Amino acid sequence: MNAASRTLTSSPEIVRARLQGRRFDAAGFFFRLLLLAAMFVTLGLLALLLFDVVSGGWGVISTRLGDFLTGKLGITAARAGISQGLRGTFFIGVFVVAIAFPLGVGAAIYLEEYAPHSRLTRFIDVNIRNLAGVPSVVYGLLGFAIFVKALRFVTGPESNGATVISAGLTLAVLVLPIVIITSAEALRAVPDSLREAGFGVGATRWEVVRSHVLPYAGPGILTGTVLSLARALGEAAPLILVGATTGYLSEGAGYSLASLQERFTAMPIIIYTWAGRPQPGFQEATAAAIVVLLVVVLLANTVAILLRNRYEKRR
Amino acid sequence: MRKEALIRWLFLGTAALSIVISALIVLTLARETFTFVTQVDLSSLWSEGWFPRRDLYDIRTLFAGSVLVTLVAMVVAAPLGMGAAVYLAEYARPRVRRALKPILEILAGIPSVVLGFFALTWISPEIVQRMNDEAALFNLMAAGIGVGLLVTPLVASIAEDAMKSVPTALREASYGMGARKVTTAVRVVIPASISGLVAAFILGISRAIGETMVVAIAAGASGGSLFSMNVFERGQTMTAAMASMAGGTDAVKGAGLTFQSLFFVGMMLFLLTLLLNMVAGRFVRRVRQKY
Repeated sequence: MNAASRTLTSSPEIVRARLQGRRFDAAGFFFRLLLLAAMFVTLGLLALLLFDVVSGGWGVISTRLGDFLTGKLGITAARAGISQGLRGTFFIGVFVVAIAFPLGVGAAIYLEEYAPHSRLTRFIDVNIRNLAGVPSVVYGLLGFAIFVKALRFVTGPESNGATVISAGLTLAVLVLPIVIITSAEALRAVPDSLREAGFGVGATRWEVVRSHVLPYAGPGILTGTVLSLARALGEAAPLILVGATTGYLSEGAGYSLASLQERFTAMPIIIYTWAGRPQPGFQEATAAAIVVLLVVVLLANTVAILLRNRYEKRR
Repeated sequence: MRKEALIRWLFLGTAALSIVISALIVLTLARETFTFVTQVDLSSLWSEGWFPRRDLYDIRTLFAGSVLVTLVAMVVAAPLGMGAAVYLAEYARPRVRRALKPILEILAGIPSVVLGFFALTWISPEIVQRMNDEAALFNLMAAGIGVGLLVTPLVASIAEDAMKSVPTALREASYGMGARKVTTAVRVVIPASISGLVAAFILGISRAIGETMVVAIAAGASGGSLFSMNVFERGQTMTAAMASMAGGTDAVKGAGLTFQSLFFVGMMLFLLTLLLNMVAGRFVRRVRQKY
């Protein structure tokens, strides 16, 4: 009796119940139930989506994964492959890494480490936040007007500018604000004492940034950049605007530099086109293509999130 | 010292690039929009539907489509996102929270074409056509639910941040008065973070209006659409109309002012989302100043 009451009073629920006069907290119970329902409906739909896609594409993945990854787009679903889409998505990723990452991190370093508290700085800051909220189709219009039309002589005069160069540049511009915002957050988390110690021993600002601030903020910056890469690889709307296609692709388009100026396609475009095809077999092929895209995108996301959680815990 | 100055200018250049990008967006949109507005037959802006290839540019059709999809999306995303946020911020134990948050972030990373496919192949037949057996396979309702699912993690994440920024002292004061958990959450934490919750809601709307691929895949009507307020029918939003105009094997095809109308719709979309984002930003700043 004595022992039982001791274990009972040690539980916070019991303490709460005693304080509240032992009444059953009906409102609290239903509120909690409601919240749990919201959480589980969301997670349940996510699980359903993954199940729907994997089970839909399983026929293709289990029987002819090799052919599917290396094959070319075709009229019949039974023989269609996605190699051209993987190629386009690969090059888009290269452009984003090579252009958006250095420019975005550079801008973040300026805003966090160099910029004075001036009107110009505030304006740039607000401007970047607004850019991050511009819908992706609008970036497609920008890419079309600038890279496809105005800079056609660079991006691909033979293909009317509708090339993977235009697509890669457009998506690099699209994720640039996200790279800047996430990198700036990582830089802001660096303690000021680290900078002051550097200045105290006579280091210049660039020396402090290069050898103290950047290494400390590195994992945070990497997380943000990988997340924005994943975002770029999954975007379809801007690619439609800059003229991605699933027809008239050159047969031999490989990974050479010259092939950059040819017409292109990418994974999200293949999924979009196939999803609308009524012919038999294309639903399965679409689901299989989605599984391939999800493996790439979700792997990048998961790695980035785990990396961040690990470093957050360490501090 | 020369090197220091050079590096400083280099970084300033990268930061200033964002202003150049903004200016280019506004200029390209404005140029073609001007051509469209000055040359279009104004009566075609108020006709029976959106058929750019037949020179019918009824903007009501696209607005109605966007409003319907956004409405359905927010009916889905607001309760799910807010509920998940309150649960994560107030109820979940740290361990549960650490497990659930990354899953929500993964949901946020799913490409929109994938949600479009899911909306078309599962949401439409399994949910929408069961609600209404006369619903078409391609319909605005399924697209709206898909967009809602896409927006849910965004709403949840901003709302949770807002509630997390409420000082613990407020909660403790409430418990000290003998308030229950539910009273503390509903009467103390939610009112204290209301600006942030409003911001989450507005940003969700902005994101839903700008979402393209889910609607382009699941709502059908790629050739054009008659004016309709029926969510169980095919339809078109501003974004999907742009995607379908630009689709096909060549960049932009069509007769007359089709090409310019693309930029006209883009301009409206740009201004609308900019307005919403600025309003939301104001609410977010209010939370930051308060605590």
